[in-house]
Amino acid sequence: MASRPSTASRRRWGSTIAGVIVLCVMLFPLYWMLNTALQPAAGLLRVAPVPHNLDLSGFSKALDDQGGHLLTSLVVSLGAVVICLAIAAPAAYGLARFGLRGTRTIVFGTLITQMVPGIVIANALYNTYVDLGLVNSYAGLMLADASLGIPFSIVLMRSFMVSIPGEVIEAAQVDGAGALRTFLRVVLPMSRNALITSGLFAFLFAWSDFMFALTLNTTDDVKPVTLGIYQYIGAHVGDWGSVMAASVLSAVPAAILLVVAQKYIAAGITGGSVK
Amino acid sequence: MTTSSITAPAAVVTPRDTVPDPARQRRRRTLARWGFVAPAVVFMLLFFGYPLVRNVVMSFQHYTPKTFFTGRAPFNGTDNWSHVFRDALFGKALWHTLVFTAGSLLGQFCIGLALAVFFNRRFPLGGVLRSLILLPWLVPMVVSGVVWRRILDQDTGVLNSFLDTLGLPGHTPWLTDPGMALLSVILVNIWIGIPFNMVILYGGLQEIPRELYEAASLDGASAWRSFRSITLPMLRPVITVVLVLGFMSTVKILDLILALTDGGPADATQTLGTLTYQNSFVQLDFGAGAVVGNVLILISAVFAVLYLRANRTEGK
Repeated sequence: MASRPSTASRRRWGSTIAGVIVLCVMLFPLYWMLNTALQPAAGLLRVAPVPHNLDLSGFSKALDDQGGHLLTSLVVSLGAVVICLAIAAPAAYGLARFGLRGTRTIVFGTLITQMVPGIVIANALYNTYVDLGLVNSYAGLMLADASLGIPFSIVLMRSFMVSIPGEVIEAAQVDGAGALRTFLRVVLPMSRNALITSGLFAFLFAWSDFMFALTLNTTDDVKPVTLGIYQYIGAHVGDWGSVMAASVLSAVPAAILLVVAQKYIAAGITGGSVK
Repeated sequence: MTTSSITAPAAVVTPRDTVPDPARQRRRRTLARWGFVAPAVVFMLLFFGYPLVRNVVMSFQHYTPKTFFTGRAPFNGTDNWSHVFRDALFGKALWHTLVFTAGSLLGQFCIGLALAVFFNRRFPLGGVLRSLILLPWLVPMVVSGVVWRRILDQDTGVLNSFLDTLGLPGHTPWLTDPGMALLSVILVNIWIGIPFNMVILYGGLQEIPRELYEAASLDGASAWRSFRSITLPMLRPVITVVLVLGFMSTVKILDLILALTDGGPADATQTLGTLTYQNSFVQLDFGAGAVVGNVLILISAVFAVLYLRANRTEGK
């Protein structure tokens, strides 16, 4: 009897070790990205498993070449988040609460948008963008990138707003608040978590976007880092150190968000897809 | 839905002596309410509905590089369609798309499910490890592609040098051999998709009452038996969601393939997605691109209908 708890706990720690091994295998490519970035001198040669001396020249070259593109990515992604939330939050509230005729159709349509391949959107959008002068513009790319987050955000926030107690909203209305004020003063603050989750995902979707950046830009005016890296591998075949350093830099927001906003991300993946 | 349809009439009935015309009031309120939803509806019609329609129209138009100077793309009947369908590359791309999607889903799902079951046990640091595994999914797909391109390099990639030290064939042309490239691209995509599958399936597993397993083990059921008789049936709705979402996002993948192989070598990794891109944005034949894009949509739509029907019969 006395040995039972210790076997159980040994087995649990065994699971931890297995979990660490799984994690190492899954994260190895990302480790290798960092490792290669720190050995820019290796060029096309074999890369040592561990960077022996810290060589940050790959990073400084990547910052020189891609710093502007990182900034572009940041501006475009933040713009896309603002557009996404400004459009999706009121819609989510309206679809959750107003019982408008056609609500079901709209919600269904929102889900169906997942079915439309991005390249098909780009195919049609490019021609329209040419006509409207939106090619090679920040506004054009922000709008296109916002489309990546809007359906997801509507679904996620709506499923949250449905669960806000009706009495809270009625109380605000009894106090004489109109629909807009109720929404801004009561509903939005209560939906803070759903709003943050939606915003984070809208940011990640826009930051990761490659297709719209590739298709809706014909010049170098608006070039996010994803496109920058893609063109980098074409032009700098031997210079893997700085390509990888640029890759590391482009993965930083994802890593930060994962650490800072862990609970929102796990909630977003399950909430946005299963509901 | 039910709560809102109850509150709405109740609010309207509230007596307001100062209001002369309740019908007008109601109309104004409905209008204000539509104001919340309308921007999203307009946006989605512009960015999802309109491209669907426009692609159908474009597939009957003749686009050339000159189109963008003259603005003229005359209708040319079914020329684009017959041209695309006669091209052997289309059949190849269709086949690659199906193999890529099926292979990716199978791998992602099986490994994702195994990991979800694994992490469903309680052990020290389980939560931290589980959330760190998400990282590959959050990194931009193009970036993952670029990193793997380096790892899979035939001469200097770390995978081959690792295989070499193990005494295995360490000179595999992962991405440069036409017979090998599609498999390599699938393997990389499996790696990308595992975290997503794991998280959703893990969420589903958490919903299954633990008492069921306790009861089963009291009855002497083996672990495999309770997995088959409890886990899989209880998890079915979540499994459907994972596979449908996975299908829709996998069938249209472009970023990863462009970053890994650019559709090569010798078109060995050309899919409907990359072919649409090539036709439209490399050769500037948007009509041909639209044809391939429409086929891509059709495949998604057929799948969506099957899914909806399966869902409905299950609900009955």
